Amino acid sequence: MVLGWAQASARGDEILISAAASLTDVLKEINMAYQAKSKHTVKFNFGPSSGLARQIDEGAPADIFLSADLPQMDVLDKKDRLEPGTRKNLLSNQLVIVVAADAKLALSGPQDLLKAAIKRVALAEPSSVPAGVYGSKYLTDEGLWDKVKPKIVPVQDVRATLAAVESGNVEAGFVYKTDAAVSKKLKIVYEVPVEKGPRITYPVAIVKASKHKDAARDFLNYLQLSITKVTFKKYGFIVLN
Amino acid sequence: MNFSFETWHITFFSLAVGLASTLLILPFGIALAWLFARREWPLKSIVETVVLLPLVMPPVSTGLILLKIFGRRSPVGQWLYDRGVEIVFNWKGVLIAMAVMSFPLLVRSVRTSFAEVNPRLEQIAATLGASPLRVFFVITMPLAYKGIVAGALLAFSRALGEFGATILLAGNIPGQTQTLSLAIYNYVQTGKDSDAYTLLGITVALAFLFVWSSEWMIRSGKNA
Repeated sequence: MVLGWAQASARGDEILISAAASLTDVLKEINMAYQAKSKHTVKFNFGPSSGLARQIDEGAPADIFLSADLPQMDVLDKKDRLEPGTRKNLLSNQLVIVVAADAKLALSGPQDLLKAAIKRVALAEPSSVPAGVYGSKYLTDEGLWDKVKPKIVPVQDVRATLAAVESGNVEAGFVYKTDAAVSKKLKIVYEVPVEKGPRITYPVAIVKASKHKDAARDFLNYLQLSITKVTFKKYGFIVLN
Repeated sequence: MNFSFETWHITFFSLAVGLASTLLILPFGIALAWLFARREWPLKSIVETVVLLPLVMPPVSTGLILLKIFGRRSPVGQWLYDRGVEIVFNWKGVLIAMAVMSFPLLVRSVRTSFAEVNPRLEQIAATLGASPLRVFFVITMPLAYKGIVAGALLAFSRALGEFGATILLAGNIPGQTQTLSLAIYNYVQTGKDSDAYTLLGITVALAFLFVWSSEWMIRSGKNA
């Protein structure tokens, strides 16, 4: 038993990070660099933030939770499932309006969504999915929501928004800048200024029930190094301080 | 098309756990199907309905129930954890999600094939002195085996396609619990359409093969 523990700590621990699916690529790249210099091993569990929070609440053995929105982190915080003092707002994202890459629409700002040429606008479900909540809030703040609402097609998530615009079934859609960057069939026509848009936050915390807190802290620190910030920025994220 | 090591690993993992899940449920499915087809007992229709529920319930809700049962904060999950068995975020979670979701299909098919065996043959064997167990293995099983194989193939195909219950119970951990369905989800979520299409092609080919084999077994069983 003691020998086993000694061996394990010499080899480093294996930690599991439950992270929003939209972070898959950037986290894999960061982890490659991390593995090169750390004795610890990092595994990921990618899924929708709400499902990940649910799993942690039921005692699933995740060490770190990286959510795509605050409410899911708040749920775990209220239930005392997070290690005190480890919760941080790590990243932010930006809302953008996208159209098909070959579209000839004159669309340069949110007010242009009112034009007759724009018949339908895809938005993730505005009542529950974070991207949809942010999008509808932004349009409300701009005083456009009531007029644009009849054109809104609520879809499952940001991916479905991208697919709807790519397929040509809708003229425009609201997505995150990081997602828009991946698709070659789309172009960004308008970036919602960070100070005007709703605050989009990706919080991170160590799970209280974690059995590898030292290793988890080590990776959490790594996520905040300047070398890691460069990688996050490369994928279009805004790094919070 | 991109047939990387990762692609083969995911495919092999899905096939292996799907096969294990089918073998796991086979004895239970056969026993239960026989009880449904050949015996009358109290609350039978209730039990039959409960067994069928995973077939019609949203898979995510089945997954949620499984997570509640096997999570470390439940008595069952805690009991298993104390004995060193972890279901959540583990290949065993994939196995259980697949088993629960494919069980109804197995029971349905096997039950039908038992019902099609002429009970007269079983009665004759019994009057000739064969024990009920011997009647089952010498008369009922051989006459129904094509239906059983067809049911197993169908259950196996369903297991390979499982998504909703798996992602909640076992998580989507690349290299550990990621099946074909979960990997497709991940590729779609991250905009890697060509990788998703590769796995989609594999999934469609496998599903076609097994469902077609299942249908073929059923048809050839009827002609026998």
